[in-house]
Amino acid sequence: MSDNVNESKQPKMPGRPPRGARVPMKFDKKTIKRMLSYMKPFTPQLILVVICILVTSGASVASSMFLKTLIDDFIMPLVENNKNGIAPDYSGLFGALFGMGVLFLAGAVSSLFYSRIMATVSQGVLKRIRDEMFSHMQSLPINYFDTHTHGDIMSFYTNDADAMQQMLSQSIPQVLSSGITIVAVFCSMLSLSVWLALTVVVFLVGIMAITAKIAGKSGKYFMAQQHSTADLNGYIEEMINGQRVVKIFCHEEKAKEAFNGKNSDLCENICKANAYANILMPINNCLGYFLYVVLAIIGGTLAINGIPNVACFTINVLSLGSIASFLQLSRSFIGPIGQVSQQLNSVAMAMAGAERIFTLLDEQPETDDGYVTLVNAKRGANGELTETEERTGLWAWKHPHTADGSVTYTELKGNVVLDDVDFGYVPEKIVLHNIDIYAEPGQKVAFVGATGAGKTTITNLINRFYDIADGKIRYDGININKIKKDDLRRSLGVVLQDVNLFTGTVMDNLRYGKPNATDEECIAAAKLANADGFIRMLPDGYNTVLTGGGSGLSQGQRQLISIARAAVADPPVMILDEATSSIDTRTEAIVQAGMDALMKGRTVFVIAHRLSTVKNSDVIMVLEQGRIIERGSHEKLISEKGQYYRLYTGAFELE
Amino acid sequence: MIKTLIKCVRDAKLTAILTPIFVLAESLIEVSIPTVMADLIDNGITVGNMDNVLKYGVILIIQTLGALFFGATAGYTASRASSRFARNLRQDMYYNIQQYSFSNIDKFSPASLVTRLTTDVQRVQMAFQMITRISFRAPAMLVFAFIFAFRTDHKLSTVFLCAIPFLAVVLAIIMKLAFPMFEKTFTAYDDLNEVVEENVHGIRVVKSFVQEKHEINKFTGVSSRIYTLFSKAEKTVAFNNPAMQISVYFCVIIISWFGAHLIVESGNIDGMGLTTGGLMSLFTYTMQILMSLMMLSMIFVMMTMSKASADRVVEVLNEKSDINDGERNLTEVKDGSIEFKNVSFKYFKTAESNALDHIDLKINSGETIGIIGGTGSSKSTLVSMIPRLYDTSEGEVLVGGENVRDYNIEALRNNVAMVLQKNVLFSGSIYDNIRWGDEHATDEEVQHVCKLACADDFIQTFPDKYDTYIEQGGTNVSGGQKQRLCIARALLKKPKILILDDSTSAVDTKTDAMIRKAFRDEIPNTTKIIIAQRVSSVCDADKIIILDNGKIVDFGNHDELYANSDIYREIYDSQTKGADNDE
Repeated sequence: MSDNVNESKQPKMPGRPPRGARVPMKFDKKTIKRMLSYMKPFTPQLILVVICILVTSGASVASSMFLKTLIDDFIMPLVENNKNGIAPDYSGLFGALFGMGVLFLAGAVSSLFYSRIMATVSQGVLKRIRDEMFSHMQSLPINYFDTHTHGDIMSFYTNDADAMQQMLSQSIPQVLSSGITIVAVFCSMLSLSVWLALTVVVFLVGIMAITAKIAGKSGKYFMAQQHSTADLNGYIEEMINGQRVVKIFCHEEKAKEAFNGKNSDLCENICKANAYANILMPINNCLGYFLYVVLAIIGGTLAINGIPNVACFTINVLSLGSIASFLQLSRSFIGPIGQVSQQLNSVAMAMAGAERIFTLLDEQPETDDGYVTLVNAKRGANGELTETEERTGLWAWKHPHTADGSVTYTELKGNVVLDDVDFGYVPEKIVLHNIDIYAEPGQKVAFVGATGAGKTTITNLINRFYDIADGKIRYDGININKIKKDDLRRSLGVVLQDVNLFTGTVMDNLRYGKPNATDEECIAAAKLANADGFIRMLPDGYNTVLTGGGSGLSQGQRQLISIARAAVADPPVMILDEATSSIDTRTEAIVQAGMDALMKGRTVFVIAHRLSTVKNSDVIMVLEQGRIIERGSHEKLISEKGQYYRLYTGAFELE
Repeated sequence: MIKTLIKCVRDAKLTAILTPIFVLAESLIEVSIPTVMADLIDNGITVGNMDNVLKYGVILIIQTLGALFFGATAGYTASRASSRFARNLRQDMYYNIQQYSFSNIDKFSPASLVTRLTTDVQRVQMAFQMITRISFRAPAMLVFAFIFAFRTDHKLSTVFLCAIPFLAVVLAIIMKLAFPMFEKTFTAYDDLNEVVEENVHGIRVVKSFVQEKHEINKFTGVSSRIYTLFSKAEKTVAFNNPAMQISVYFCVIIISWFGAHLIVESGNIDGMGLTTGGLMSLFTYTMQILMSLMMLSMIFVMMTMSKASADRVVEVLNEKSDINDGERNLTEVKDGSIEFKNVSFKYFKTAESNALDHIDLKINSGETIGIIGGTGSSKSTLVSMIPRLYDTSEGEVLVGGENVRDYNIEALRNNVAMVLQKNVLFSGSIYDNIRWGDEHATDEEVQHVCKLACADDFIQTFPDKYDTYIEQGGTNVSGGQKQRLCIARALLKKPKILILDDSTSAVDTKTDAMIRKAFRDEIPNTTKIIIAQRVSSVCDADKIIILDNGKIVDFGNHDELYANSDIYREIYDSQTKGADNDE
């Protein structure tokens, strides 16, 4: 048996870096500890796995050792006996082989067991990590998503999780079983001859040095490969996204030139990284045979010259059978070493991935110290509000007072007050200054101003996507910091310019904010938003499955669905941030009726580019560089002939 | 599929052919090594003959070096061949994409094209390297090792005739069971990524509607499915190793038993029959044979898995541009006159309704034409017929008196400049970006067109002026600034026809008017077509087209339309009368 039997060869995910290529090693103790903590619930299984691996490796080592027994204890005596005319008796051999057979079978069964257990364990660990990542991600503040690219966040779930999977399901069992085999074989070697074992150690150091050197080289080119891959990908992405412009300007040839340079660079680096990785195996093999020859020569010399051999417990002359066994063992020794060195790379990658995943998990979630909750309410005989389980359509803020243990209920009306609010995304840079807004229930408040004036920022403060630096925001007279975030947001409907729809039917999407809404409610809302018409033209009407965020729909259609979605949720306060920007003026005029119906009786904050959308507002705020510079009704602002007047008459640029 | 891919081998051909040859040489040597090892044991160690130990040791080392030489060379050539092959693939795909027409581009999303050019090519490359190396090595080892084993002892070798079919069948069954499971897992992975992506993009919506729990449930649902599917698949694959071990151990025991008998009969003398050395080499061959079988089954799985990627790559390669230079290949565009003769167009052959419906239209050179109409009234579709971004389904479009299909496309598009609605700037300086219009333009020419497009003013406020670096996608300039830069870029072409597709929507009305005035004064002979949502952008045009549902419903100047067209009057009033509010 020259090689190790336990080599686990499972289909690997393609697209990995070449084997043997090494990414910089970095084993942080904390990371390892934390990874282990995820495996803790599986301790009984893992103990079983280790036992099984012990049995399997034991069988494998025994099969190597068996050769010595076979030759020295059975075949040679039998040959002698035969020569001396004694009829050979094979019954001893039969017994031994039977014993081995049982051991082998145990090894094979154990191997089956540990692979199957490991499959559950590794997938279980991964599932836990994934679930934890996702639910933690959901709890992160918006700021996190602002400061991390979507690609980066996605790669936690793809690249980093894949790397961990690779390690858990393959590298760990592999390294474990190789390690056990190496130790067992080495012990066997020592029991045969210390001299020869020492020779092996010397050789081993050499092999490790060479492997490290090649892996280092390969790693260097692997890094270069990653670099030029990123470079080429970036270029391709930019060009493909601008492909229409490239066509219109007949820029195809130029686009090819730059591409060719980057493409060739990548080719060069891939070639080198792969070549070094490919060469590693033949070199390891070669060294293995070298070792074989050297051992044969040394062993032979020792035996023939009768030099005392030091074995574990005895000093005697090396027997020829021992040399043969030793040579055989040396083959069983080299195999696992090659395997371990190949796994190191993927372990290092998994560690790097784990570290990144843990940074995600360590991100501070949104803080929520709110204790005021939103409850269904019923009006008592003398007008006071009481809490109730049923859906009454009447909502109240439940406000427990810690001081005296009493609870007060305040009706949800939609009164929003911003009192001298300052805000900055980073503390050093305040972007909103002294914002005062009073929105009575049912009023429509509009924000007008250039990009970056702070319109959207204000609305993001009301639903507490960000927390203010100074001042106060009150909702129905309650400081919004006291309101539980979920309940606060439930009471605010939002329609954004960039519509995000989710994979699922149109109906699912309409129902998004109110999962128990009936079909009729949804259809009524769609009619209100003037979306009913085109929805019915979709292949399956309301049951049409939208994929890729509704990529089959036009931006305008998606905005209509998003308006209907907000209507279904039926919140007392609505924020419309450029909600009709992609709808042309004629359609907007048609939707307007629905929008008016939607806004009726609600406090509405409107942000719009198109002044026709905002001019019927109760109050219009003109923002400039984070300050409100004008406020009042359309008529008032027009008569003041200020910034709003200039905007309205088109003398000023809005972006 | 193979045929298309093979075309991309090109300069990788030599190395791609050499690799299997080297691999075969390596395997042959590797297989012959155990016999020499056996000789070393039998004639050296066992009989205590140091000369023979040395002799066979030297042979062994020479063989080893040979194996190393061929193995390393094969490793190098394989990586050379596969990296070149991948480079050619990327190049061919990219070049072909450059030839794509707009309708080809519509078919693939940019994201999918990028994945195809990157991840998919990478997978195909891995598969290619595997084909040149392992798919030759494994069968070669299998065959050679079997032959050598047979030569060592043909009676004992019959054990392989049992073990090989057994292992092959078991592996085949495992693969057959596991493969569909893996495929299902991969779709589940796609679902998982989709949920994550939607949430990352739509986090504001999720949080606004307080649906975090709902999304977490959705995610857990998918992750549980992955858990179930994947662990099931892995559990099935877990049978691989034990099957292998059982086959190996079976062979070992059988060979030991019968081998012992044979050695006793031969008296362990070389030449008389089986020896201890021979026995040892048989064990080695057992490993080699069964390992190669295992390898083969792995190759099979990997190949099937990369087939999907190969399919996606080939799809890009085989997509033929449906718009090519006209036979007459006219390179001269006489003037900026445009004529539509009974033009109809649909985006998909199977679509029920036409996007453009029997359009007849005549525009004289130098005229300014406004186009107005609701969302989905096919305004953009109408103008994309002019630079032949799409071919008409019916009827013909004439530019400068000639059918657009007769022109050399580059000549046509250089004369018909179009500013797209969804426009892009590329990473590079402002100079670089504007020079897309004409790479040989002088700095003065660039500045001149920027002045025309009212872009010079804001460019001057940038610290680096015209050398200001524009980030990818033009994220560091505002929407209105971007639009003006795009107009300047188109102007630099000195086109005979200039089309602005809603290109001043983010520009204020005053600047908008200044740009139009510059057009009138500076490029009076250029035909200008302006699509706008803002009626003020088109009302001073020579003629205005009112589009509705792919049909021209009205065509005339402002006064005529205001008098006769209900739609026009409605739009005009809704947008301008508002100033003296009557609500």
